[in-house]
Amino acid sequence: MNTQHTSNSGPSHRSVEIGVALLVIAFGAIVIFGSLSAGIGWGAEGPRAGFFPFYIGLSIVISGAVNLWNAARPDASGGIFAEWSQLWQVMLVVIPATIYAFAVGYIGIYVSSMLFIGWFMRWLGKYGWIKVVSIAVGMPLIVYFIFERWFLVSLPKGPIEHWLNL
Amino acid sequence: MEEFANLFHGFAVTLQPFNILVMVIGIVLGILIGVLPGLGGANGVAILLPLTFSMSPTSAIIMLTCIYWGALFGGAITSILFNIPGEPWSVATTFDGHPMAQQGRAGEALTGAFTSSFIGALFAVIMITLVAPLVASFALQFGPAEKFAVYFLAFCSFVGLSKEPPFKTIASMMIGFALAAVGLDAITGQLRLTFGFTELLNGFDFLIAVIGLFGIGEILLTMEEGLEFRGGKAKIDMKVVLRTWTSLPRYWMTSLRSCIIGCWMGITPAGATPASFMSYGIAKRMSKNGRNFGKGEMEGVVAPETAAHAAGTSALLPMLSLGVPGSPTAAVLLGGLLIWGLQPGPMLFVEQKEFVWGLIASMYLGNLVGLIIVLTCVPVLAAILRIPFSIIAPIILVLCAIGAYTVNNNVFDVIMMMVFGVLGYVLKKCNYPLAPLVLALVLGKMAEESFRQSLLSSQGNLGVFFSNGLVSSIMILGLIALFWSVIQEGYSRLLRARPA
Repeated sequence: MNTQHTSNSGPSHRSVEIGVALLVIAFGAIVIFGSLSAGIGWGAEGPRAGFFPFYIGLSIVISGAVNLWNAARPDASGGIFAEWSQLWQVMLVVIPATIYAFAVGYIGIYVSSMLFIGWFMRWLGKYGWIKVVSIAVGMPLIVYFIFERWFLVSLPKGPIEHWLNL
Repeated sequence: MEEFANLFHGFAVTLQPFNILVMVIGIVLGILIGVLPGLGGANGVAILLPLTFSMSPTSAIIMLTCIYWGALFGGAITSILFNIPGEPWSVATTFDGHPMAQQGRAGEALTGAFTSSFIGALFAVIMITLVAPLVASFALQFGPAEKFAVYFLAFCSFVGLSKEPPFKTIASMMIGFALAAVGLDAITGQLRLTFGFTELLNGFDFLIAVIGLFGIGEILLTMEEGLEFRGGKAKIDMKVVLRTWTSLPRYWMTSLRSCIIGCWMGITPAGATPASFMSYGIAKRMSKNGRNFGKGEMEGVVAPETAAHAAGTSALLPMLSLGVPGSPTAAVLLGGLLIWGLQPGPMLFVEQKEFVWGLIASMYLGNLVGLIIVLTCVPVLAAILRIPFSIIAPIILVLCAIGAYTVNNNVFDVIMMMVFGVLGYVLKKCNYPLAPLVLALVLGKMAEESFRQSLLSSQGNLGVFFSNGLVSSIMILGLIALFWSVIQEGYSRLLRARPA
């Protein structure tokens, strides 16, 4: 992230609003396209599969266009969406959490949770290692007993759990 | 009289030891969910839903609704002590609750808030007991067109009553409908909107959306604000409670008005948040002490709390009797019914008497148990709130991931949860309301089915939605709700134009 920005600069609210409205319109267009290929007419069993979503897609595009019009008006409310430093704080959660979400499928939920909680507490919370390890290991262990032992709900496991034969 | 016999039978079901245990666990978990940032009623219930799969439906719904009551109670604690609303519906409680805490009257404010919540809920439960069976028996005569009209009314009231710009509400709602349409079409058996991705065959699960939009989105918002908990010590002893209770009857008029506002806003799916603001605003205008509002007036705590709890509770009325949930949390509970193999809607009152009346009886007891627990446990709960966010946040995120995975035992859902989380953050920052999206995602398939069935019976003629008195009046009510802000605007212009 660019640190040269002053503390209260950031993307303008207007540009983010316009971006969101454009994304909404694009989403609506995808829905319309998908509905057309599923068939929007009248078939043997009544309205075909794309009939209802087609009009939904149409409404998305129309409401997105109105929102775009409102956001793009020059007298639209000014101000910034969030400061760069705030967005950086958000990204500090989004990026590791996304990695965590992908890791769950490969190394299981227990190991990845331990790493994620540990990372979060150590780097963002600046806690001592004893505190970090006790919570990062303890919390998934409690989860293990509550879910797998008491409520018999199986959670995703990775190579380490298989090696431990859990 | 049959209702009372049923209700007593319901109490017998609820008073079984296991169900009481489940009730207490639910309330405690709910209060925790209510006080922790990032966990709210809707996603808290969604995360804990898988734990109920092995229970009987009645015990399961008792536990989940008690989590909901607990969350409603818990929201007030953070608002009053820390000026941080744990839930959106407790924002209005901060206006007078936090000043009271700063004046050293935290105990009074908390007692007032909890008691008002209880009264609001009690009023709504009595209303449900009396009205729900009537609505259900009336709704048994509904055909597909009437069913669609009810959905139409529910969604139109969202647009009309929402504080957000109407086209943002519509956009958010329609995105929900579109996501609900992805996957297998139940009527024709055809795949649609999957674009060849096998992950999309089963469509989007609304529980994943709820956990992502409300849970992850909320954590991201909190991260951005760099939130730190400060202030607020709380001590409640019997003396404070009793003293506050003797002062509360003074506000009976405010209470009654807030109960009615709450019930009305809960049944029409406007929800607890607008109800609490509206009730606060009206109380401020009507009260003799209106000028002191915002400086620590007890009446300013009573009004929003009563309305929020009444609205949160009465949101279950349309969920039970019509199958149309009045709030995102009620929508999650409705999803639970489907998972346990029950068909929500009027037939529940005929086929699942034990379930319905057990649930209604548990609302009476659950709120009473909740009141006792919150009044006795405030110091413990306040201590939990002092745990720093950098410990709480990753733990909540992990719990969200576990909740998302257990819905379908699918790892891909954890990734979807993150997508919904970022989406929720951006949409919320841009004032797109999230509740309509979730409700549309839950009801989308059912609304579409009744729409297509009605069209099928009329050979594609849209006149079927105005073919008899009942369906046309519901549709017209829906249209009025849809254009409510326009009507209001026009009316006030007319009033302004007249004197000139």
